[in-house]
Amino acid sequence: MTQTASRPGAGAQQVPLPLDVEAIRADFPILSRTVRDGKRLVYLDSGATSQKPRQVLDAERWFYENVNAAPHRGAHQLAEEATGAYEEARAKIGAFIGAPENEIVFTRNTTEAINLVAYALSNAATAKEPEFRAHAVGQGDEIVVTEMEHHANLIPWQQLCERTGATLRWLGLTDDGRLDLSDLATVVNERTRLVAVTQQSNILGTINPIEKIVARAREVGALVLVDGAQSVPHQPIDVTALGADFLVFSGHKMLGPTGVGVLWGRYEVLDALPPFLTGGSMIEVVRMEGSTFMPPPQRFEAGIPMTAQVVGLGAAVDYLNALGMDKVEAHERALTGYALEKLAGIPGVTVIGPPDTVARGGAVSFTVEGIHPHDVGQVLDDLGIAVRVGHHCAWPVVRRYGVPATTRATFYVHTGYDDVDALADGIRAAQKFFGTV
Amino acid sequence: MQLESMYQEIILDHYKNPHGRGLRDPFDAEVHHVNPTCGDEVTLRVKLDGDTVADVSYEGMGCSISQASVSAMYDLVVGKPVTQALETGEHFMTLMQAKGDPAVAEKLEDELEDAVAFAGVSKYPARIKCALMSWMALKDASARALSTAPQTGGSN
Repeated sequence: MTQTASRPGAGAQQVPLPLDVEAIRADFPILSRTVRDGKRLVYLDSGATSQKPRQVLDAERWFYENVNAAPHRGAHQLAEEATGAYEEARAKIGAFIGAPENEIVFTRNTTEAINLVAYALSNAATAKEPEFRAHAVGQGDEIVVTEMEHHANLIPWQQLCERTGATLRWLGLTDDGRLDLSDLATVVNERTRLVAVTQQSNILGTINPIEKIVARAREVGALVLVDGAQSVPHQPIDVTALGADFLVFSGHKMLGPTGVGVLWGRYEVLDALPPFLTGGSMIEVVRMEGSTFMPPPQRFEAGIPMTAQVVGLGAAVDYLNALGMDKVEAHERALTGYALEKLAGIPGVTVIGPPDTVARGGAVSFTVEGIHPHDVGQVLDDLGIAVRVGHHCAWPVVRRYGVPATTRATFYVHTGYDDVDALADGIRAAQKFFGTV
Repeated sequence: MQLESMYQEIILDHYKNPHGRGLRDPFDAEVHHVNPTCGDEVTLRVKLDGDTVADVSYEGMGCSISQASVSAMYDLVVGKPVTQALETGEHFMTLMQAKGDPAVAEKLEDELEDAVAFAGVSKYPARIKCALMSWMALKDASARALSTAPQTGGSN
């Protein structure tokens, strides 16, 4: 049943939701459990990790019960079928973002995908193969990030600069939670080797104008890495239209299993990079004196891969495709608009991030006057509502906006207006409990 | 609601009206501790008079649990011998590991005074660090003060 009912006097507008929330909830076994003494689970923490529909769990179980074997080695039937399942999932996941399968590298998660690129750029400087040195980073070079980045898209670049003597520069933020691009032309310059930027902020919800950054990077010949951890699960993405060189994302935030992430890279860029992790699977010829490596994507997939998880992520992509990513995006936009209106109606609540749904995703961070986010989260938890509290692995962002931490609600395909209502009621309960109203 | 088991009235009182708050001179050691999972911070100074904790002064930001804990700790340790203060810290740690066991709280009640009210926190693993942060800072600052401060009040 689509939730359209409007509560009299509730204020915020409930437009009909594009997704059938009740039908979708039936696919998520965990949503039928209760928490904290029989309360319905109101899961508003999909931005940290999403829940998994039965179809994804079934796919993993199917793999282990029917075809489990090490892919890309062995000549027996199971090995063939396991390889087939793994590579079919790669093609499917590539198609989900408009990429050919040979541009899809599986990693442990977004964090590892970013580290893969950062280490490849420093390994390039000392690579014995001249063809791997094209993107080497060294002294005098600059890496550009933004003040909005998750730690996963900040620390690897700080570390790359410390290893190589390159300089880290960054784009700042405006007071209304947007990237400050006023100095884009000077921060991204002829010395810039790579720009790393998030497509959707995990804390502010801001959707960044990647096209402007890509255009400037192209003028100076810099690579662009887009952190899609919070965008790929929530909006349609086509890497050709995106125009970047790398897109990274995690399976577990898009209904898939933990332990699998994706690095997409333009083939000619991937092909010019040396490996990050080395070992089995990624080699061409091995001699005691030295070895040569496979072309991408195998060059970057050392060791037995996370086969069952990749198959599970393939099932997650099927699930999202069946819903339609346009609808997923519209669904979350409706919920976000509703949530922003509801929160604006609670005295003492301040949203940290864009105040409306223009170029904005569904991460809604807020503070409640007089109550620390931990305490807000504790009261919500007591009511069965799961949110994230703290600095959300984006410490510079909370510092920029002068708050120690925030409470964050994030939405997904099973989220309905009833969940947002529960959040608003819970915030009021916290205010009552701590006597701030 | 189970909330009341964590947020005892005593805890909320300490949070709203903290005891001993503010950084004071003189001091023998100052430490800065953070809880990296949530960003809570405390700056804490210790002034010793011989083997006695003459003053603990602090500034910090964080949730009600972390702020109330440092306030209750102030009451417990100022004027006590350092060894006793640290022992009380160990017992507070025991309380935090008790998973809400009332027997542990009862045993420690006399020694921990107001701080025994934090027993309810031990049922919430994510919040135990909040309660322990100031005690960790005290342990650290005391060790530094003992290793650097000139021995005063002693005969040798």
